Amino acid sequence: MAAYDADSSAGGDLAYDPNFVPDSVKTFVVHLYRQIREKNVYEIHQMYEGSFNRLTDRMFRESPWPTAEAVEPYVDGDHVFCLLYREMWFRHVYARLTPTPKQRVESWDNYCNLFGVVLHGVVNMQLPNQWLWDMVDEFVYQFQSYCQYRAKLKNKTEEELQLLRNFDQAWNVYGVLNYLQALVEKSNIIQILEREKEGLEQFTVDNGYDYQGGSNVLKMLGYYSMIGLLRVHCLLGDYRTGLKCMAPIDLSQQGVYTNVIGSHISTIYHYGFANLMLRRYGDAIREFNKMLLYILKYKQYHQKSPQYDQILKKNEQMYALLAVCLSLCPQQKLVDENVSTQLKEKYNDKMTKMQRYDDEASTVYDELFSYGCPKFITPSAPVLDEPLTNYNQEAYRLQLKMFLFEVKQQQLLAGIRSFLKIYSTITVTKLAQFMDVDEATLRTILMTYKHKMHSTDNDGKIVSNADIDFYVDDDTVHVVEAKPTKRFGDYFLRQILKFEEMISELEKVQLD
Amino acid sequence: MAKEAQQQVSYTVEELVAVNPYNPDILADLENYVNEQVSSQKYSLDANLCLLRLYQCEPERMSPPIVARILIKALMAMPAQDFSLCLFLIPEQVQSEEQFKTLIVLSHYLETARFRLFWDEVAKNCSLLESVPGFQQAIEAYAVHVLSLTYQKVPRAVLAEAINKEGLALDQFLEYHVANSGWAIEKSQGRSQLIVLPPNEFNHPELKKNASDSVSYEHVTRIFPVLS
Repeated sequence: MAAYDADSSAGGDLAYDPNFVPDSVKTFVVHLYRQIREKNVYEIHQMYEGSFNRLTDRMFRESPWPTAEAVEPYVDGDHVFCLLYREMWFRHVYARLTPTPKQRVESWDNYCNLFGVVLHGVVNMQLPNQWLWDMVDEFVYQFQSYCQYRAKLKNKTEEELQLLRNFDQAWNVYGVLNYLQALVEKSNIIQILEREKEGLEQFTVDNGYDYQGGSNVLKMLGYYSMIGLLRVHCLLGDYRTGLKCMAPIDLSQQGVYTNVIGSHISTIYHYGFANLMLRRYGDAIREFNKMLLYILKYKQYHQKSPQYDQILKKNEQMYALLAVCLSLCPQQKLVDENVSTQLKEKYNDKMTKMQRYDDEASTVYDELFSYGCPKFITPSAPVLDEPLTNYNQEAYRLQLKMFLFEVKQQQLLAGIRSFLKIYSTITVTKLAQFMDVDEATLRTILMTYKHKMHSTDNDGKIVSNADIDFYVDDDTVHVVEAKPTKRFGDYFLRQILKFEEMISELEKVQLD
Repeated sequence: MAKEAQQQVSYTVEELVAVNPYNPDILADLENYVNEQVSSQKYSLDANLCLLRLYQCEPERMSPPIVARILIKALMAMPAQDFSLCLFLIPEQVQSEEQFKTLIVLSHYLETARFRLFWDEVAKNCSLLESVPGFQQAIEAYAVHVLSLTYQKVPRAVLAEAINKEGLALDQFLEYHVANSGWAIEKSQGRSQLIVLPPNEFNHPELKKNASDSVSYEHVTRIFPVLS
């Protein structure tokens, strides 16, 4: 392992000595090491979320923690502990400082070693899910960051270019995808989730933990890697494959993915975005709505958490994307009242503009899409000959262009919608007059509406997203109001289970 | 013998895509599979997306003719959105090449139901499209699909324009669908024919099952312990 390069300045703290281990850090690593060995997940979590951040705030705001080599003697030289410590070390550098190019490469090496050890099946620990999620999340984040970094070639020094040449395997896209895929496969997580449906596994009930003395690490890394794969595929623009990677997780129910708020938000955000790009506006709206409602209710409990800022950021992004979805597919009744109020506060003007479908609308779509979209990447290796350019925006520009093209194709549909709201029947001739087009063009607009408002789901079935629908009989358009959907079945199921719970509680009461 | 060997390759390709998709070594297999899809009128979106992703990672290995074939097959899969899914993975400078610009225009016409313009453009580009068997029929099927979403009864002229058939060819087409697809023909007030399309939930809203009220089997199983 390359030692931390003390010459390259990664922090502003000139007095930083990578090998100096303050007493508080000594105590921290000794305790953490012992808790891990004794598998006290609760204590590990307290130290991981609490003590680590408190120490960082107190002593390492502007400099890295002591190196893994420096703390090694206090933890019996435990190889795996050092890999875990190093992962936290790099994560801290990314969060509070700016990683040097060399550190980026070293972090990649560390992940390779760490995942290598896990994939060999020799890890026997139980770690808190929060930690395991953070590992996968950070892995994908550092990959995304590296792609952005190496796509900005213009102002790179010769030294930096040389590094890119020498370490061309670092953060290689195949490597990243293959590690995530390997974790999914080796953990057997897909089979576990399948067997759970038949009642043969307790995975969700136990929240992924192993109460038989085994380890949850490989299983949970495999589980979270499915979400990692969804995210990477979204960054590449391959939405269909991303959703396929997530297919084993049932999003209509609570699951392990909802227990760590970071994983919950990342899942729904990327799922919703992928559905938006697949024109499945109904699905996107439903999921964004659920997530935004959840955040509205529970964000106060996360105010002290280190993830709070991220939660708020993703919250805002999802409101922007929801505004976009609702402008393309006005299905207001899919949105909860409270979420709707928030949405109106933030985007009422913009949504009105977007539904006007003129050039100004295009600008607003551009703005909201750009704000809400993920940071797309170009996965190919940089061409390191002259002339050196910055091409880090290329991937984003492509996705934006395709999205705006789609919006343009749907431009005239808003006009149709406004007339369909007023009339129950109208002839093709008259409607054409109102819309100021000839009859043949009107017929194409009607067919476009039908085509765009019906999406194909994964099984090839056609699903309607339309709020206002119609059919044409020769030359007359008959408008159909979509029936308001009351989910009686779902409601009764929930109430039955609730009452059953109450009854069993009551039966337990002993009257003296 | 050769056909058997061919079948074996395609079986392995599907497996590869499912099990080991992030592997640059399967690029040649995937390219062969595209050609196989074209010649034997099969189609696999997942395999083609896998290939486009590999091209994305190694742009110097990209083959424009293969990409063109993938896009044509994707057009044939309409109303599924496969064409855009493929375009999301193709860099802008590649998309601005002549043959791809043409295909994008064709897709645009189909997406906005501008069938007249579409068939005109196809006529100008026969060489590109004739190399993919089944293209004509696939687009006809899409046109019929969009008409079935929209119309209970469609005027003959509208149908004719959508599927690019006239006179005898159109009559034969109608005869076939009357016999096999539940179509019917009416006379409309002295004017030309009206084609009555079979009812479905999109052109006959009363047929629409209130799907959101149906409860999935999995959810019902949750209350089995209570019911017992």
